[in-house]
Amino acid sequence: MLKDIFVTPFADMFSAPDFLLQVLWEGLVSGVLYALIALGFVLIFRSSRIFNFAQGIMVVFAALTLVGLHSFGIPAWISVVLTLGVMFVLAVSIERVVLRPLVGQPDIILFMATIGITLFLIGFGEIIFGGENKVMISEELGIPTGDTVLEPWGGLLILQHLDMTVVVVAVALVGGLLAFLNYTQMGRAIRALGDDHQAALSVGISLQTVWVLVWFIAGIIALVTGIAWGARAGVSFALEVIAYKALPVLMLGGLESITGAIIGGLLIGILEKLFEIYWGQPLLGGNTETWFAFVLALIVLLFRPQGLFGERIIERV
Amino acid sequence: MLDQSEGYVTADGRQIGGVLMEMKNITLKFGGVTAISDISFDIHEGEIRAIIGPNGAGKSSMLNVISGFYTPTIGEVWYKGAQRPAMKPYEVARMGVARTFQNIALFEGMTVLDNVMTGRLTHMKAGIGAQALWWGKAQREEIENREIVEKVIDFLEIQNIRKTPVGRLPYGLKKRVELARALAAEPSLLLLDEPMAGMNVEEKEDMSRFILDVNDEFGTTIALIEHDMGVVMDLSDRVVVMDYGRKIGDGTPDEVRNNQDVIDAYLGVAH
Repeated sequence: MLKDIFVTPFADMFSAPDFLLQVLWEGLVSGVLYALIALGFVLIFRSSRIFNFAQGIMVVFAALTLVGLHSFGIPAWISVVLTLGVMFVLAVSIERVVLRPLVGQPDIILFMATIGITLFLIGFGEIIFGGENKVMISEELGIPTGDTVLEPWGGLLILQHLDMTVVVVAVALVGGLLAFLNYTQMGRAIRALGDDHQAALSVGISLQTVWVLVWFIAGIIALVTGIAWGARAGVSFALEVIAYKALPVLMLGGLESITGAIIGGLLIGILEKLFEIYWGQPLLGGNTETWFAFVLALIVLLFRPQGLFGERIIERV
Repeated sequence: MLDQSEGYVTADGRQIGGVLMEMKNITLKFGGVTAISDISFDIHEGEIRAIIGPNGAGKSSMLNVISGFYTPTIGEVWYKGAQRPAMKPYEVARMGVARTFQNIALFEGMTVLDNVMTGRLTHMKAGIGAQALWWGKAQREEIENREIVEKVIDFLEIQNIRKTPVGRLPYGLKKRVELARALAAEPSLLLLDEPMAGMNVEEKEDMSRFILDVNDEFGTTIALIEHDMGVVMDLSDRVVVMDYGRKIGDGTPDEVRNNQDVIDAYLGVAH
């Protein structure tokens, strides 16, 4: 038994390095998506102290809107632009209707309000687009479908073009967001608002503008993840689950750390894949990916309660 | 009394401009508590105007009225010759009123440089889209802003901590960074809420020097609240004295010093 846990998996890794690479690659693909989604959570949390429960349904809603618009005969790329428009309107409406009246309420109220948004979007999405599963319009969007086969060490490594596209787009988006946050005035405003509301007001930052902006960014992230995940798994309300995969990422990386979200996302993506293949399937009958990330996060929290990147809170008495 | 409607000359010979901001009959109530009752005064362009008074006199409330954090219950705020409608703090900031806070309100997680850069937000013109794409106007603006910010940083002698996260700085330096952020906005009116609170003598001297230099170098109009009578008398051109939400004195430091009501308020008399 101990041998199965501590020896065999590593022996397997070394004896078939090409397969290990394959596993790592697949973990990385999920990882960048987790990181992207976690970034959406972090931005909203930093600027408004709201844990956005609706992030998951926003993924579904964006994907449904895209597919739905296309089914009305609108060309794919125009549908993408229109969907972005819809996500913007959604951001504005959420700020107007939900956030603005609740400013100053306890955080937990705002959190519950996002649960309300989730339930509303589920119902609204079903009314408009119907509840049945749909197929992502990946071909129409020009997302490549083939694969590239590499032969490292005489072995076999299959890189799906879809996955490669996802990685490139997600990395570009994360990089772009980082640059935006660090090197533009609006980005500084977003970070500033999270640190101190009063001070932010005094330098001319409008809460409303920043909130609409971060919710819109969350919308863009939702659309990209919706396309990427929908292209593999189809578009249905089950897509929502991907957002909850970001929760352990946030536990690991801390709700406020942008770096934490990115590194946490990649770590979890890769580790859960490794665990599933080398430990989960042989020892536990597989399907560990649904819970492994949470267990990992809890174990880390046992030793570092502030998460991997969170600041240690020292209470001064 | 001098006729001050169109500016005046200070004791040390500086020419002060016309009225920049005028508070007319300001009353501020929170429920049943009257924080400010029927106070009027003005702030002239280019002067250093102090608001002093014992604890709980309503000084900070007054500053918050000026900066838009509070809306007066009764009364009018006139700014640059026009009555100012009720505004949000960020709108007031965009009209050229910058401020610091009594309990330092900085963006702790960001570096000194980034903090000071946020001071330039009131001058942001490029759209969000242009900024996201780092394009044309946005890029030029960022460079322009950076130049002004570097100048302010040099001026306040905080070059050596430019890249340090603010959370790690000692108290005195934080106060200076906060001043830098307010200055970066190139404000028409700079509000300082107890700029020297909690400082030691040396830090106080530094801060006084910076306040005078700012006024001198950039001609910035400054309104400040301060506890320390000595500092205030040395720094300011004119002083408003408040006690229990009322104005009990207004004039040059010498006039105020010899005002019986002010002496009573500070030394305490049987009411």
